[in-house]
Amino acid sequence: MFASTRDLKPSYDVVIIGAGGHGLAAAYYLARDHGITDVAVLEKGYLGGGNTGRNTTIIRSNYLTPEGVQFYDASVRLWQQLSEEFKLNLFYSTRGHFTLAHTDAAMRTMRWRAEVNKHYGVDSEVVDAADVKRACPQIDLSCGGHAPILGALYHAPGAIARHDAVAWGYGRGASERGVEIHQQTEVTGIDVVDGRVQGVRTTRGTIRTGKVLSAVAGYTPRITDMVGLHTPIYVHPLQAMVSEPMKPWLDPILVSGSLHIYVSQSARGELVMGASLDPYEVQTTRSTLDFVEGLSAHLLDMFPCLSHVKVMRQWAGLADMTPDFAPIMGRTEVAGFYLDAGWGTWGFKATPICGKTMARTVATDRNDPLITGFSLDRFRRYALTGEKGAASVGH
Amino acid sequence: MKIMHCPVNGPRAVTEFLCWGELREMPDPDQVSDEAWADYVFNRSGAPGVKREWWCHTPSNTWFIAERDTARDLVLRTYLYGEQS
Repeated sequence: MFASTRDLKPSYDVVIIGAGGHGLAAAYYLARDHGITDVAVLEKGYLGGGNTGRNTTIIRSNYLTPEGVQFYDASVRLWQQLSEEFKLNLFYSTRGHFTLAHTDAAMRTMRWRAEVNKHYGVDSEVVDAADVKRACPQIDLSCGGHAPILGALYHAPGAIARHDAVAWGYGRGASERGVEIHQQTEVTGIDVVDGRVQGVRTTRGTIRTGKVLSAVAGYTPRITDMVGLHTPIYVHPLQAMVSEPMKPWLDPILVSGSLHIYVSQSARGELVMGASLDPYEVQTTRSTLDFVEGLSAHLLDMFPCLSHVKVMRQWAGLADMTPDFAPIMGRTEVAGFYLDAGWGTWGFKATPICGKTMARTVATDRNDPLITGFSLDRFRRYALTGEKGAASVGH
Repeated sequence: MKIMHCPVNGPRAVTEFLCWGELREMPDPDQVSDEAWADYVFNRSGAPGVKREWWCHTPSNTWFIAERDTARDLVLRTYLYGEQS
Protein backbone atom coordinates (compact mmCIF):
# COMPACT_ATOMS: atom_id res chain seq x y z
CA MET A 1 0.00 0.00 0.00
CA PHE A 2 2.81 2.41 0.83
CA ALA A 3 5.07 1.27 -2.04
CA SER A 4 3.86 3.99 -4.37
CA THR A 5 5.54 3.76 -7.76
CA ARG A 6 3.64 6.74 -9.10
CA ASP A 7 5.59 9.74 -10.33
CA LEU A 8 5.27 12.96 -8.40
CA LYS A 9 2.60 15.28 -9.74
CA PRO A 10 3.79 18.75 -10.87
CA SER A 11 1.89 20.40 -8.00
CA TYR A 12 0.10 19.74 -4.73
CA ASP A 13 -1.98 21.89 -2.38
CA VAL A 14 0.20 20.83 0.55
CA VAL A 15 3.59 19.10 0.75
CA ILE A 16 4.53 17.44 4.04
CA ILE A 17 8.21 16.62 4.56
CA GLY A 18 8.67 13.52 6.69
CA ALA A 19 6.54 10.34 6.75
CA GLY A 20 6.89 9.70 10.45
CA GLY A 21 4.01 9.69 12.89
CA HIS A 22 3.76 13.50 12.99
CA GLY A 23 3.80 14.04 9.22
CA LEU A 24 1.37 11.21 8.49
CA ALA A 25 -0.97 12.30 11.28
CA ALA A 26 -1.05 15.81 9.83
CA ALA A 27 -1.84 14.35 6.40
CA TYR A 28 -4.58 12.17 7.93
CA TYR A 29 -6.32 15.05 9.71
CA LEU A 30 -5.90 17.39 6.71
CA ALA A 31 -7.84 14.85 4.66
CA ARG A 32 -10.34 13.74 7.31
CA ASP A 33 -11.15 17.03 9.04
CA HIS A 34 -10.45 19.64 6.40
CA GLY A 35 -11.13 17.85 3.11
CA ILE A 36 -7.65 18.67 1.81
CA THR A 37 -6.52 15.54 -0.02
CA ASP A 38 -4.21 16.95 -2.70
CA VAL A 39 -1.29 16.27 -0.37
CA ALA A 40 2.11 14.65 -0.88
CA VAL A 41 4.07 13.27 2.06
CA LEU A 42 7.76 13.08 1.09
CA GLU A 43 10.10 10.76 2.96
CA LYS A 44 13.80 10.38 2.21
CA GLY A 45 13.99 7.00 3.96
CA TYR A 46 11.10 4.72 4.76
CA LEU A 47 7.78 5.22 6.52
CA GLY A 48 8.14 5.50 10.29
CA GLY A 49 11.88 4.90 10.09
CA GLY A 50 12.95 7.91 12.12
CA ASN A 51 12.15 8.74 15.71
CA THR A 52 8.65 7.24 15.37
CA GLY A 53 10.32 3.84 15.31
CA ARG A 54 13.14 4.70 17.72
CA ASN A 55 11.43 6.05 20.84
CA THR A 56 10.56 4.17 24.03
CA THR A 57 6.79 4.54 23.37
CA ILE A 58 5.80 6.24 26.62
CA ILE A 59 2.58 8.29 26.54
CA ARG A 60 1.73 10.71 29.37
CA SER A 61 0.42 14.20 30.03
CA ASN A 62 1.88 15.02 33.49
CA TYR A 63 3.77 18.07 32.28
CA LEU A 64 4.70 21.27 34.08
CA THR A 65 3.43 24.25 32.09
CA PRO A 66 -0.27 24.99 31.49
CA GLU A 67 0.47 25.03 27.75
CA GLY A 68 2.11 21.61 27.90
CA VAL A 69 -0.43 19.93 30.19
CA GLN A 70 -3.43 20.96 28.07
CA PHE A 71 -1.69 19.98 24.87
CA TYR A 72 -0.54 16.53 25.99
CA ASP A 73 -3.85 15.84 27.71
CA ALA A 74 -5.65 16.39 24.40
CA SER A 75 -3.13 13.98 22.87
CA VAL A 76 -3.79 11.23 25.43
CA ARG A 77 -7.53 11.51 24.77
CA LEU A 78 -6.94 11.00 21.04
CA TRP A 79 -4.57 8.07 21.71
CA GLN A 80 -7.23 6.22 23.69
CA GLN A 81 -9.48 6.01 20.64
CA LEU A 82 -6.94 5.45 17.88
CA SER A 83 -7.02 1.62 17.72
CA GLU A 84 -10.76 1.68 17.17
CA GLU A 85 -10.56 4.55 14.72
CA PHE A 86 -7.87 2.81 12.62
CA LYS A 87 -9.29 -0.71 13.02
CA LEU A 88 -5.70 -1.58 13.85
CA ASN A 89 -4.47 -2.80 17.22
CA LEU A 90 -1.89 -0.31 18.50
CA PHE A 91 -1.42 -2.39 21.69
CA TYR A 92 -2.25 0.78 23.61
CA SER A 93 -1.67 -0.32 27.18
CA THR A 94 -2.48 1.91 30.18
CA ARG A 95 0.09 1.00 32.81
CA GLY A 96 0.37 3.90 35.26
CA HIS A 97 3.52 6.00 35.29
CA PHE A 98 5.78 6.69 38.29
CA THR A 99 8.30 9.53 38.12
CA LEU A 100 10.57 8.64 41.03
CA ALA A 101 11.94 11.37 43.30
CA HIS A 102 15.26 10.74 45.07
CA THR A 103 15.76 14.22 46.56
CA ASP A 104 13.72 16.88 48.36
CA ALA A 105 14.14 19.14 45.35
CA ALA A 106 12.66 16.47 43.10
CA MET A 107 9.72 16.00 45.52
CA ARG A 108 9.04 19.73 45.32
CA THR A 109 8.90 19.56 41.51
CA MET A 110 6.55 16.54 41.73
CA ARG A 111 4.17 18.51 43.99
CA TRP A 112 4.30 21.43 41.57
CA ARG A 113 3.54 19.17 38.61
CA ALA A 114 0.74 17.39 40.48
CA GLU A 115 -0.98 20.69 41.29
CA VAL A 116 -0.72 22.02 37.72
CA ASN A 117 -1.95 18.66 36.39
CA LYS A 118 -4.95 18.51 38.74
CA HIS A 119 -5.86 22.09 37.89
CA TYR A 120 -6.28 21.01 34.27
CA GLY A 121 -8.12 17.80 35.15
CA VAL A 122 -5.19 15.45 34.58
CA ASP A 123 -5.01 12.44 36.92
CA SER A 124 -1.74 13.00 38.76
CA GLU A 125 -0.75 12.75 42.43
CA VAL A 126 2.26 12.62 44.72
CA VAL A 127 2.69 9.22 46.39
CA ASP A 128 5.20 7.92 48.92
CA ALA A 129 7.85 5.24 48.57
CA ALA A 130 5.59 2.52 50.00
CA ASP A 131 3.14 3.07 47.13
CA VAL A 132 5.97 2.56 44.64
CA LYS A 133 6.92 -0.70 46.40
CA ARG A 134 3.31 -1.92 46.31
CA ALA A 135 3.05 -1.33 42.56
CA CYS A 136 6.49 -2.79 41.91
CA PRO A 137 7.66 -5.19 44.65
CA GLN A 138 10.91 -6.04 42.85
CA ILE A 139 12.35 -2.56 43.26
CA ASP A 140 15.20 -1.78 45.68
CA LEU A 141 13.88 1.44 47.26
CA SER A 142 17.38 2.39 48.43
CA CYS A 143 18.72 2.06 44.86
CA GLY A 144 21.86 0.37 46.12
CA GLY A 145 22.16 3.00 48.83
CA HIS A 146 23.13 5.67 46.28
CA ALA A 147 19.80 7.37 45.77
CA PRO A 148 16.98 6.29 48.11
CA ILE A 149 13.51 6.82 46.64
CA LEU A 150 11.55 9.35 48.71
CA GLY A 151 8.34 9.29 46.73
CA ALA A 152 6.99 9.72 43.22
CA LEU A 153 4.60 11.52 40.94
CA TYR A 154 1.99 8.94 39.96
CA HIS A 155 0.12 9.40 36.70
CA ALA A 156 -2.51 6.70 36.24
CA PRO A 157 -3.18 7.33 32.51
CA GLY A 158 0.50 6.74 31.63
CA ALA A 159 0.61 4.24 28.75
CA ILE A 160 2.74 2.57 26.12
CA ALA A 161 1.85 1.65 22.53
CA ARG A 162 3.32 -0.17 19.58
CA HIS A 163 5.05 2.70 17.85
CA ASP A 164 5.40 1.37 14.28
CA ALA A 165 1.67 0.69 14.12
CA VAL A 166 0.92 4.36 14.79
CA ALA A 167 2.70 5.35 11.58
CA TRP A 168 0.97 2.53 9.69
CA GLY A 169 -2.46 3.53 11.00
CA TYR A 170 -2.10 7.20 10.11
CA GLY A 171 -0.43 6.32 6.80
CA ARG A 172 -3.18 3.94 5.77
CA GLY A 173 -5.91 6.37 6.85
CA ALA A 174 -4.31 9.20 4.88
CA SER A 175 -3.66 7.00 1.85
CA GLU A 176 -7.28 5.77 1.76
CA ARG A 177 -8.41 9.39 1.63
CA GLY A 178 -6.23 10.21 -1.38
CA VAL A 179 -2.98 11.44 0.18
CA GLU A 180 0.14 10.37 -1.73
CA ILE A 181 3.03 8.97 0.33
CA HIS A 182 6.36 9.00 -1.52
CA GLN A 183 9.18 7.16 0.19
CA GLN A 184 12.80 7.31 -1.01
CA THR A 185 12.13 10.91 -2.01
CA GLU A 186 14.51 13.40 -0.46
CA VAL A 187 13.85 17.13 -0.37
CA THR A 188 16.91 18.98 -1.70
CA GLY A 189 15.58 22.54 -1.67
CA ILE A 190 12.61 24.78 -1.04
CA ASP A 191 11.88 27.68 -3.36
CA VAL A 192 10.93 30.88 -1.59
CA VAL A 193 10.07 34.03 -3.57
CA ASP A 194 9.29 37.33 -1.80
CA GLY A 195 9.02 35.55 1.53
CA ARG A 196 6.49 33.02 0.27
CA VAL A 197 6.89 29.31 -0.45
CA GLN A 198 6.60 28.49 -4.17
CA GLY A 199 7.75 24.90 -4.45
CA VAL A 200 9.89 22.02 -3.34
CA ARG A 201 12.84 20.42 -5.12
CA THR A 202 13.37 16.70 -4.60
CA THR A 203 15.57 13.88 -5.84
CA ARG A 204 12.61 12.84 -8.04
CA GLY A 205 11.75 16.22 -9.53
CA THR A 206 10.34 19.61 -8.67
CA ILE A 207 6.89 20.28 -7.21
CA ARG A 208 4.88 23.51 -7.12
CA THR A 209 3.10 24.16 -3.85
CA GLY A 210 2.13 27.09 -1.65
CA LYS A 211 2.24 25.20 1.64
CA VAL A 212 5.03 23.11 3.12
CA LEU A 213 4.93 21.44 6.53
CA SER A 214 8.26 20.26 7.92
CA ALA A 215 7.93 17.32 10.35
CA VAL A 216 11.42 15.86 10.29
CA ALA A 217 12.60 15.87 13.93
CA GLY A 218 16.42 15.72 14.02
CA TYR A 219 16.70 16.78 10.39
CA THR A 220 14.86 20.07 10.99
CA PRO A 221 17.92 22.39 10.82
CA ARG A 222 18.75 21.07 7.33
CA ILE A 223 15.22 22.02 6.20
CA THR A 224 15.08 25.41 7.96
CA ASP A 225 18.44 26.30 6.36
CA MET A 226 16.73 25.83 2.97
CA VAL A 227 14.28 28.66 3.73
CA GLY A 228 16.74 30.82 5.68
CA LEU A 229 15.05 30.48 9.08
CA HIS A 230 17.15 30.72 12.24
CA THR A 231 16.07 28.43 15.09
CA PRO A 232 17.48 27.47 18.50
CA ILE A 233 17.32 23.77 17.62
CA TYR A 234 20.41 21.71 18.40
CA VAL A 235 20.71 18.01 17.66
CA HIS A 236 22.09 15.33 19.96
CA PRO A 237 21.64 11.56 19.67
CA LEU A 238 19.28 9.86 22.12
CA GLN A 239 19.97 6.18 22.63
CA ALA A 240 17.72 3.34 23.79
CA MET A 241 17.95 -0.43 24.24
CA VAL A 242 15.85 -3.50 24.99
CA SER A 243 16.52 -6.58 27.08
CA GLU A 244 15.79 -10.16 26.13
CA PRO A 245 12.11 -11.04 26.59
CA MET A 246 10.88 -12.15 30.02
CA LYS A 247 7.58 -13.26 31.51
CA PRO A 248 5.49 -10.21 32.46
CA TRP A 249 6.63 -8.81 35.81
CA LEU A 250 6.87 -5.03 35.44
CA ASP A 251 3.41 -3.52 35.23
CA PRO A 252 3.96 0.24 35.60
CA ILE A 253 6.26 2.57 33.67
CA LEU A 254 9.12 3.79 35.87
CA VAL A 255 11.14 6.94 35.34
CA SER A 256 14.00 8.23 37.45
CA GLY A 257 15.48 11.60 36.70
CA SER A 258 18.34 11.16 39.13
CA LEU A 259 19.37 7.74 37.80
CA HIS A 260 18.73 8.84 34.19
CA ILE A 261 16.50 5.94 33.31
CA TYR A 262 13.04 5.15 32.02
CA VAL A 263 11.86 1.59 31.73
CA SER A 264 8.72 -0.34 30.85
CA GLN A 265 7.98 -3.91 29.78
CA SER A 266 6.57 -4.27 26.29
CA ALA A 267 3.84 -6.65 25.16
CA ARG A 268 6.65 -8.87 23.88
CA GLY A 269 8.17 -9.08 27.36
CA GLU A 270 11.25 -7.01 26.59
CA LEU A 271 12.31 -4.25 28.94
CA VAL A 272 12.39 -1.06 26.87
CA MET A 273 14.89 1.38 28.35
CA GLY A 274 16.22 4.82 27.66
CA ALA A 275 18.45 7.38 29.31
CA SER A 276 19.55 10.96 28.79
CA LEU A 277 20.95 12.56 25.65
CA ASP A 278 24.48 11.93 24.48
CA PRO A 279 26.61 14.75 25.91
CA TYR A 280 27.66 16.45 22.68
CA GLU A 281 26.35 17.13 19.18
CA VAL A 282 26.57 14.21 16.75
CA GLN A 283 24.34 13.81 13.71
CA THR A 284 24.64 10.10 13.10
CA THR A 285 22.57 7.34 14.69
CA ARG A 286 25.58 5.41 15.97
CA SER A 287 25.39 3.49 19.25
CA THR A 288 27.96 3.50 22.06
CA LEU A 289 29.14 1.03 24.69
CA ASP A 290 29.24 3.88 27.25
CA PHE A 291 25.48 4.10 26.97
CA VAL A 292 24.83 0.41 27.63
CA GLU A 293 27.25 0.34 30.57
CA GLY A 294 25.85 3.47 32.19
CA LEU A 295 22.20 2.57 31.74
CA SER A 296 22.73 -1.04 32.90
CA ALA A 297 24.52 0.12 36.04
CA HIS A 298 21.66 2.43 36.94
CA LEU A 299 19.04 -0.19 36.14
CA LEU A 300 20.79 -2.62 38.49
CA ASP A 301 20.70 0.02 41.25
CA MET A 302 16.91 -0.12 40.95
CA PHE A 303 16.54 -3.83 40.14
CA PRO A 304 19.48 -5.95 41.40
CA CYS A 305 17.41 -9.01 40.41
CA LEU A 306 18.12 -8.28 36.72
CA SER A 307 21.86 -8.95 36.93
CA HIS A 308 21.60 -12.07 34.74
CA VAL A 309 19.42 -10.47 32.06
CA LYS A 310 20.96 -9.86 28.64
CA VAL A 311 20.72 -6.77 26.48
CA MET A 312 19.25 -7.67 23.09
CA ARG A 313 19.83 -4.61 20.97
CA GLN A 314 20.45 -0.88 21.10
CA TRP A 315 19.91 2.01 18.71
CA ALA A 316 19.79 5.80 18.53
CA GLY A 317 17.63 8.60 17.17
CA LEU A 318 18.44 12.25 16.45
CA ALA A 319 16.73 14.51 18.98
CA ASP A 320 15.96 18.10 17.90
CA MET A 321 16.34 19.86 21.23
CA THR A 322 15.13 23.34 22.23
CA PRO A 323 16.42 25.56 25.06
CA ASP A 324 13.14 25.40 27.03
CA PHE A 325 12.24 21.74 26.29
CA ALA A 326 9.00 22.79 24.60
CA PRO A 327 8.36 22.17 20.89
CA ILE A 328 8.40 24.70 18.03
CA MET A 329 5.12 24.60 16.13
CA GLY A 330 3.05 26.65 13.77
CA ARG A 331 3.43 29.40 11.19
CA THR A 332 6.77 31.04 10.54
CA GLU A 333 7.92 34.32 9.03
CA VAL A 334 8.15 32.51 5.67
CA ALA A 335 4.57 32.51 4.35
CA GLY A 336 3.40 28.97 3.65
CA PHE A 337 6.20 27.32 5.62
CA TYR A 338 4.98 25.55 8.77
CA LEU A 339 7.11 23.92 11.43
CA ASP A 340 6.36 20.90 13.59
CA ALA A 341 9.75 20.57 15.26
CA GLY A 342 11.73 20.82 18.44
CA TRP A 343 10.38 17.46 19.50
CA GLY A 344 13.64 16.46 21.13
CA THR A 345 13.05 13.51 23.41
CA TRP A 346 9.30 14.01 23.90
CA GLY A 347 7.63 13.76 20.50
CA PHE A 348 6.02 10.31 20.28
CA LYS A 349 3.30 10.93 22.86
CA ALA A 350 2.28 14.09 21.02
CA THR A 351 1.81 12.42 17.62
CA PRO A 352 -2.01 12.59 17.40
CA ILE A 353 -2.45 16.11 18.73
CA CYS A 354 0.44 17.41 16.61
CA GLY A 355 -1.23 16.00 13.53
CA LYS A 356 -4.56 17.50 14.48
CA THR A 357 -3.31 20.98 15.42
CA MET A 358 -0.85 21.24 12.52
CA ALA A 359 -3.54 20.16 10.05
CA ARG A 360 -5.79 22.95 11.33
CA THR A 361 -2.91 25.43 11.27
CA VAL A 362 -1.98 24.55 7.69
CA ALA A 363 -5.60 24.47 6.49
CA THR A 364 -6.57 27.83 7.98
CA ASP A 365 -3.13 29.53 7.98
CA ARG A 366 -3.74 30.43 11.63
CA ASN A 367 -2.04 28.81 14.61
CA ASP A 368 -4.34 26.41 16.44
CA PRO A 369 -5.14 27.86 19.93
CA LEU A 370 -3.48 24.84 21.59
CA ILE A 371 -0.07 25.62 20.07
CA THR A 372 0.25 29.37 20.48
CA GLY A 373 2.70 28.86 23.36
CA PHE A 374 5.00 26.89 21.08
CA SER A 375 5.64 29.38 18.24
CA LEU A 376 9.16 29.99 16.96
CA ASP A 377 8.53 33.68 17.60
CA ARG A 378 8.77 33.14 21.39
CA PHE A 379 12.55 33.14 21.20
CA ARG A 380 12.51 36.59 19.62
CA ARG A 381 10.24 37.85 22.41
CA TYR A 382 12.21 36.18 25.24
CA ALA A 383 8.91 34.46 26.18
CA LEU A 384 9.97 30.87 26.71
CA THR A 385 7.70 27.98 27.73
CA GLY A 386 9.85 26.31 30.41
CA GLU A 387 9.12 22.60 30.30
CA LYS A 388 12.49 21.26 31.40
CA GLY A 389 11.18 20.28 34.86
CA ALA A 390 8.84 17.77 33.23
CA ALA A 391 11.44 16.14 30.99
CA SER A 392 11.59 12.48 31.84
CA VAL A 393 15.20 12.55 32.97
CA GLY A 394 17.67 15.30 33.84
CA HIS A 395 19.62 16.47 30.80
CA MET B 1 35.85 4.57 24.19
CA LYS B 2 36.39 7.63 22.08
CA ILE B 3 39.70 9.46 22.49
CA MET B 4 40.00 13.26 22.55
CA HIS B 5 43.39 14.96 22.29
CA CYS B 6 43.81 17.61 24.96
CA PRO B 7 46.38 20.19 23.74
CA VAL B 8 48.05 20.08 27.18
CA ASN B 9 47.51 16.52 28.46
CA GLY B 10 47.49 14.55 25.23
CA PRO B 11 45.08 11.75 24.31
CA ARG B 12 42.49 11.07 27.02
CA ALA B 13 39.10 9.30 27.20
CA VAL B 14 36.30 11.56 25.99
CA THR B 15 34.44 11.02 29.28
CA GLU B 16 37.06 13.29 30.92
CA PHE B 17 35.84 16.20 28.77
CA LEU B 18 32.80 18.43 28.61
CA CYS B 19 31.60 20.14 25.45
CA TRP B 20 30.59 23.78 25.95
CA GLY B 21 29.13 24.50 22.55
CA GLU B 22 30.09 26.24 19.38
CA LEU B 23 32.61 29.11 19.36
CA ARG B 24 30.53 32.22 18.61
CA GLU B 25 31.23 35.94 18.47
CA MET B 26 29.19 37.90 21.03
CA PRO B 27 27.77 41.15 19.66
CA ASP B 28 28.21 44.28 21.80
CA PRO B 29 25.11 44.18 24.07
CA ASP B 30 25.06 48.00 24.30
CA GLN B 31 24.99 48.45 20.55
CA VAL B 32 22.92 45.57 19.28
CA SER B 33 19.13 45.50 18.71
CA ASP B 34 16.94 43.30 20.93
CA GLU B 35 16.23 41.07 17.96
CA ALA B 36 19.90 40.54 17.10
CA TRP B 37 20.66 39.90 20.77
CA ALA B 38 17.89 37.25 20.92
CA ASP B 39 19.38 35.68 17.81
CA TYR B 40 22.74 35.45 19.60
CA VAL B 41 21.25 34.17 22.87
CA PHE B 42 18.98 31.46 21.48
CA ASN B 43 19.67 30.51 17.88
CA ARG B 44 22.22 27.87 16.91
CA SER B 45 23.62 26.34 13.75
CA GLY B 46 21.83 23.02 14.07
CA ALA B 47 22.73 21.46 10.72
CA PRO B 48 25.60 18.95 10.64
CA GLY B 49 29.05 20.00 9.48
CA VAL B 50 32.53 20.90 10.64
CA LYS B 51 32.21 23.07 13.76
CA ARG B 52 34.62 24.84 16.11
CA GLU B 53 33.63 24.25 19.73
CA TRP B 54 34.77 25.03 23.26
CA TRP B 55 35.78 21.89 25.16
CA CYS B 56 37.18 21.52 28.67
CA HIS B 57 39.37 18.74 30.04
CA THR B 58 37.71 18.74 33.46
CA PRO B 59 40.43 17.12 35.66
CA SER B 60 42.95 19.80 34.65
CA ASN B 61 40.43 22.54 33.77
CA THR B 62 42.10 23.00 30.38
CA TRP B 63 39.87 24.96 28.01
CA PHE B 64 40.55 24.56 24.31
CA ILE B 65 39.02 24.54 20.84
CA ALA B 66 38.05 21.32 19.04
CA GLU B 67 37.16 21.16 15.37
CA ARG B 68 34.67 18.36 14.87
CA ASP B 69 32.74 16.97 11.95
CA THR B 70 29.33 16.36 13.55
CA ALA B 71 28.04 14.51 10.49
CA ARG B 72 30.75 11.84 10.76
CA ASP B 73 31.42 11.98 14.52
CA LEU B 74 35.11 12.78 13.98
CA VAL B 75 37.43 15.09 15.91
CA LEU B 76 39.55 16.79 13.24
CA ARG B 77 41.93 18.76 15.46
CA THR B 78 42.27 20.47 18.82
CA TYR B 79 44.26 23.53 19.91
CA LEU B 80 44.38 26.18 22.62
CA TYR B 81 42.35 29.32 21.90
CA GLY B 82 44.47 31.79 19.93
CA GLU B 83 46.99 29.15 18.85
CA GLN B 84 45.22 28.23 15.63
CA SER B 85 47.88 27.88 12.92
